[in-house]
Amino acid sequence: MLRRLLLLPALRPFLLIILLLVLWDLAIRIFKIPAYLIPRPEQVVQQLFAEWPRLLTESWKTTQATLGGFALTILIGIPLAMVIAYSKLVESYVYPLLVFSQSIPKVAIAPLFVVWFGFGIFPKIISAFLLGFFPVVVSTVMGFKSVEPDMIDLARSMGASRLQTFFKFSLPQALPAIFSGLKVSITLAVVGAVVGEFVGSNSGIGYVLQVANGNFDLPLMFAALVVLSTIGVLLFVAIDLIERLMIPWHASQRQVF
Amino acid sequence: MPNQHLIEARGVTKVYQTKDGAVESLKPLDFSIREGEFISVVGPSGCGKSTLLKMVAGLLPVTAGTLELAGKPISGPQRDVGIVFQSSVLLAWRTVLDNILLQAEIRRMPKAEALAKARQLMSMAGLAGFEGKYPWQLSGGMQQRASICRALLHNPSVLLMDEPFGALDAMTRETMNLELQRIWSESKKTVLLITHSIPEAIFLSDRVMVMSERPGSIAAIYDIDLLRPRTLDMMGSPAFAVFAKKVRAHFYSQGTLDH
Repeated sequence: MLRRLLLLPALRPFLLIILLLVLWDLAIRIFKIPAYLIPRPEQVVQQLFAEWPRLLTESWKTTQATLGGFALTILIGIPLAMVIAYSKLVESYVYPLLVFSQSIPKVAIAPLFVVWFGFGIFPKIISAFLLGFFPVVVSTVMGFKSVEPDMIDLARSMGASRLQTFFKFSLPQALPAIFSGLKVSITLAVVGAVVGEFVGSNSGIGYVLQVANGNFDLPLMFAALVVLSTIGVLLFVAIDLIERLMIPWHASQRQVF
Repeated sequence: MPNQHLIEARGVTKVYQTKDGAVESLKPLDFSIREGEFISVVGPSGCGKSTLLKMVAGLLPVTAGTLELAGKPISGPQRDVGIVFQSSVLLAWRTVLDNILLQAEIRRMPKAEALAKARQLMSMAGLAGFEGKYPWQLSGGMQQRASICRALLHNPSVLLMDEPFGALDAMTRETMNLELQRIWSESKKTVLLITHSIPEAIFLSDRVMVMSERPGSIAAIYDIDLLRPRTLDMMGSPAFAVFAKKVRAHFYSQGTLDH
């Protein structure tokens, strides 16, 4: 019974985490690593509980910035990708520039956003958007381009209008690729939001990290990282869930049936 | 009026514009297809068979000449045509029934009528009971049968088939040939079938049109006067073999195999 419980697929990552925590604790004890280099797991957990109200408030701010950037990614990235996929002309102008822009380190230009947009949530949203939108564009372009020519011929033979062809044939066909881009994007958007909070902010998990770092409060820093990762995981799971609901027919989801 | 010419091609050519200049895909073609006739086109790869089918479907414009369906020039996708492609092109997010009904949805046919017709076609094609299944839950042969049902839903007078059984294994293919013969004899459609398989063409057709290599032209048209309904056993008959030899001779005439 217990054995069956321990082998539940949903529990497996947690088992691995516990194992890693034990190894972490053992390593500190065996190699006598001082607390100013790496805190002990129990210190991190203590700090997690002690600072819980603050961490919760700050993580909500980070989540807002992340979701704001992610919304922009969807609103701008997907339509942009569609135009790129359908127009060779636009593709030849825009795509190389997009790739070029991706090589610019966002951390380097994040301070500029503070100069331009101030200390509010907006620069964090922009930062989350810039980090997250490229994978969505790339995979959406691929999704729309991989619609079979026969399928378009089929639509045309039925006399389908452009809108019908798009909504009944192309878009559903592209959805799996779009979702794979969105899943990469949401985790990057979290990083983007934190980058934004690093450079100009007095709130958010990024700010907590900065402060903890400045005070050599390693347990708090690790606690903040735990919270941050949890945000990333929860958002990823949410997208995954929406994907399951929207494309239950796709090969990657078929075990659901 | 039976035996009236439903499809009429006069001097139909196709020239593709490519980066390296114009490429002639089809030399001027003249042929006509009678109403209710089953006609197959065989030819080597790249001879323009599929181009010809797409032009009849109104999916590709003709470069020159006239191509008429029921006396009217074909100038775009036709209402009176159903197409079966090489792959079944079923939409993975729709059930088999919904895939077939897609034809009705796009063409805005009355719902109840379309549903009744879809169910009737499905039972004719041996798909009854699979309405709620998804395409990937079906075998290749069944998928292609579903796509034939979809092509027939709006009751077109012409059924265009572009190597519909090319992806199926040999056994399934023979079964599908029998099925198609039955469906054709029950529905009395005019069928234009593009195929690579000489036996398939002879087995199914009233006439077999043989095309030469690119640029495609009509090398010969044979009347297949074998009795109907045809059985798979007839494929081994002397009469069948004579037709097969005649058609095959076209493809080896330029090579070392001289018949």
